[in-house]
Amino acid sequence: MTRTSSHPRPAPADDLGVDLYRTMARIRHFETAASRLLASGELPGFLHLSIGQEAVAAGVCRALTDDDYLTTTHRGHGHCIAKGARIDLMLAELFGRAPGYCGGRSGSMHLADPGLGILGANAIVAAGVPIAVGGGLAAATRGRGQVAVAFFGDGAVAEGVVHESLNLAALWRLPVLFVCEDNQYAEMTPTETHLNNRDITAYASAHQVPAETVDGNDALAVFSAAERMVRRARDGDGPSFLHCRTYRWHGHFEGDAQNYREAAEVEAWRGRDPLRVLRLRMADESVPTAIDAECEREIALAVEWARAQPSPDPGSVTAHVYQPDGASCGS
Amino acid sequence: MRKLKYWQAINSGLAEELRRDPAVMLLGEDVGRPGGAFGATQGLHAEFGEHRVRDTPISEAALTGTAVGAALAGLRPVVEIMFFDFVTLAMDQLVNQAAKMGYLSMGRFPVPLTVRTMCGAGLGSGPQHAQGLEGWLAAVPGLKVVWSSTPADAKALLKAAIRDPDPVVVIESAALWSVRGEVPDDPEATVSIGRAVIRRSGRDATLVAWGAAVTRCLTAADILAAEGIDAEVLDLRTLSPLDTEEVLASLHRTGRLVVVQDATGPCSVGAEVIRLAATEGFAALRAPAELVSAPFAPVPFPPGLERAYFPQDDDVVAAVRRSVGKEM
Ligand SMILES: Cc1ncc(C[n+]2csc(CCOP(=O)(O)OP(=O)(O)O)c2C)c(N)n1
Repeated sequence: MTRTSSHPRPAPADDLGVDLYRTMARIRHFETAASRLLASGELPGFLHLSIGQEAVAAGVCRALTDDDYLTTTHRGHGHCIAKGARIDLMLAELFGRAPGYCGGRSGSMHLADPGLGILGANAIVAAGVPIAVGGGLAAATRGRGQVAVAFFGDGAVAEGVVHESLNLAALWRLPVLFVCEDNQYAEMTPTETHLNNRDITAYASAHQVPAETVDGNDALAVFSAAERMVRRARDGDGPSFLHCRTYRWHGHFEGDAQNYREAAEVEAWRGRDPLRVLRLRMADESVPTAIDAECEREIALAVEWARAQPSPDPGSVTAHVYQPDGASCGS
Repeated sequence: MRKLKYWQAINSGLAEELRRDPAVMLLGEDVGRPGGAFGATQGLHAEFGEHRVRDTPISEAALTGTAVGAALAGLRPVVEIMFFDFVTLAMDQLVNQAAKMGYLSMGRFPVPLTVRTMCGAGLGSGPQHAQGLEGWLAAVPGLKVVWSSTPADAKALLKAAIRDPDPVVVIESAALWSVRGEVPDDPEATVSIGRAVIRRSGRDATLVAWGAAVTRCLTAADILAAEGIDAEVLDLRTLSPLDTEEVLASLHRTGRLVVVQDATGPCSVGAEVIRLAATEGFAALRAPAELVSAPFAPVPFPPGLERAYFPQDDDVVAAVRRSVGKEM
């Protein structure tokens, strides 16, 4: 399959703020476009969007290189974009088209890009967490200073495998960054209904993994904490845990009636829009405005391209159930 | 009789059992106040309170294990595992614990546990939300496995499962969620676990299916009838223990067997039905048995591919024609 498109990813700017803003804007425009496309019936399947949570993806991934690993969740578009995934191939996957990241077979929840260390989004809550520990194990074995990041939600913290992963990463001092994106709901259930200890950092501390809570709507704060933790990991000092308090603006999935929360609560959090938070700190107002316009164009072109791509051949469903001899993964 | 949707029949079955027996309780992610991710427990939290209809954290292993313990200690827990794929996270508790305790205790420790789960096939929800793992569960001695194709059965079999002394996995179909059907009003109307049912009588071939595939077999049978082929449709309803008597009786009437399943073929329930035909039913077979199943691959998500992946009416029709065209 040729993956041609006219949309290379923008080179990182020197300016941290501009860079973070651009990443968040790309995520925001991507998610907004996906939301519209699903509402108009163009996209099949399920979509879990991260609008309102962009600062976590942007801040953490700004501390990473292409050589680092990450795993993410059903709500993973933002993390993939921030790690450098191609928007056109992501959209093609959402449309279920052949050039998409998974050949158009898997949709929104299974994006992966070995070349960028994206070891996979996941439709199973918490399943990506030990996989990131495995990325950390490979990194430690290889000794090139790579790190692995596990993104997961507050709901995932109730799964045993998260605690097993923390113990293992701590025990083996693996270069893993656990990022809990606490948007205060697991589906329709508020966090206080499913976690006895609302201080999520305590679960990490119990395993002697250094942990910190940051304002997950402040990209600069997320970045500065992530950068410190990533440095620790690269230096061989083991795992860290970053707890980011944030909020999802849309429903758990697109189409969710959201009877479980008050409109006023959503409004209050919209007032703390991570893009606006950063914009207010930028010296020149025209810069973010220009970035927004640029992102909008980029996404529009990518949508147009993805929409025009062919569907996968139904006869190909059994291709790659097993791999040819000698096939290998990333490094 | 009332006309209810499949999910409403489940809801009504749960409500009646909660009313009937104070030992019955529901556990699951979002089953309480939100009324279930797909509405099956709507209104139950309000009627029975949070001690009997409990929202749980996302902890399938712990929640299933907790239900096993509660069952040992005298309750009749009904666990909801949101999607069939997620039973994999509860497998130790189901397979190593619940399934064996009655046996190991010489019957002194029965585990009257019900696990409800929904197969997402047909929703476009992709490879980790649409698998049919019924063959795994049906292979475990000590577990019972049922899968209803109609609202009436969805209610009656669920009630039978809750009253059963053994752990029963009740699989539900997303594809049938809003299908309406007549459901008896009598709260004592149950269907015995282990009994298949003939949905359509016929002389020329036996179609065996369960869950959402039954509907496609009935449509296929109508198409075949127009060609003068008279297919019998047998709905297994219980996948373990299998109603071998009913399957063999039908095979003796028709001499031809076509098994239709949405799951993949190798080591599956369909393969087990064919084993039955090849052994005990061998003398009755007038043509090789056919297994119409999904290809041996994960479930793709886009509608075009999903349709191509799961057996459709046409695939069933073609298999029956092949079978009828052959004579051994
Ligand atoms: C093992 C497993 N259990 C349940 C689900 C269904 N489910 C999907 S998302 C979700 C909530 C996850 O909450 P959280 O981890 O906080 O992430 P968020 O959706 O808030 O981003 C649930 C229960 C699942 N996909 N996998």
